[in-house]
Amino acid sequence: MPVTNVTKDLDQRTLVITAEFAAPVERVWGIYADPRQLEQVWGPPTWPATFVEHELKPGAMSRYYMTGPDGERSGGWWRVLEVDEPRSFTIEDGFADDDLNPIDTMPVSRSVYAFEAIDGGTRATFTSVYETAEGLQQVLDMGMEEGATLAINQIDDLLAA
Amino acid sequence: MSESEDRADALFHALSDRTRRDILRRVLAGEQSISQLAALYPMSFAAVQKHVAVLERAGLVTKRRSGREQLASGDVEAVRSVASMLDEIEAIWRGRIDRIDLLLSDSPGDSSPISAAPHQSTTPSQED
Repeated sequence: MPVTNVTKDLDQRTLVITAEFAAPVERVWGIYADPRQLEQVWGPPTWPATFVEHELKPGAMSRYYMTGPDGERSGGWWRVLEVDEPRSFTIEDGFADDDLNPIDTMPVSRSVYAFEAIDGGTRATFTSVYETAEGLQQVLDMGMEEGATLAINQIDDLLAA
Repeated sequence: MSESEDRADALFHALSDRTRRDILRRVLAGEQSISQLAALYPMSFAAVQKHVAVLERAGLVTKRRSGREQLASGDVEAVRSVASMLDEIEAIWRGRIDRIDLLLSDSPGDSSPISAAPHQSTTPSQED
């Protein structure tokens, strides 16, 4: 299992996930530095992501959209705050409109991606913090539909197997 | 016991049909009228209505009337209970982590000096 630990702190509105990968830190970092690799991992298979702009440099804005099963699009953005290659980077991310501009009324989360070398590869720690409990709830509510749809697709796959 | 088994039967019966799974996906995304749904499939209005009724009996879909229209919407909570989805954000992250793992194991010519031990991947047999 790549995921080794999950910690949720509702009071601090924080989710911390630790995972271990069998590749060097530089290789894992490379996924985040390269938009073509990043889009392979960012969206679920049913909602693949396309990064229109992406650069892992402080102050850079990334813009992306995810495409749903019926061709519908859901926009998002990253703002890169800090970069300490290859140890860590900090971003804000949120929802974007059809022109991929940030939607100010939607919640924003702040995430720290940290990587350290361990025996056999890389330990990655992903920490996401939401500004407000309402924001976290809003994201969970938004995700519910996607999650439920994914669940149905998994059932679909199971029955097709 | 038998009541919950009856419910499981109804759920799996409802989900055993491709058209019903497709209808469920659509009504989870938003309320739809039966006539809107009927226009999407090469079958009669009555046949689509029947499919929606099966989903409704399984507790996956709720129906309401608005004038002459019958509107169906998916019960997200019911669907969640089917697949035991715990927390969407965790699921999203776990999905990303699995895809990173897959991407890393796929990368050609990755001669990483510290990954000599075979990695316990969760991704089921992505080898050809």
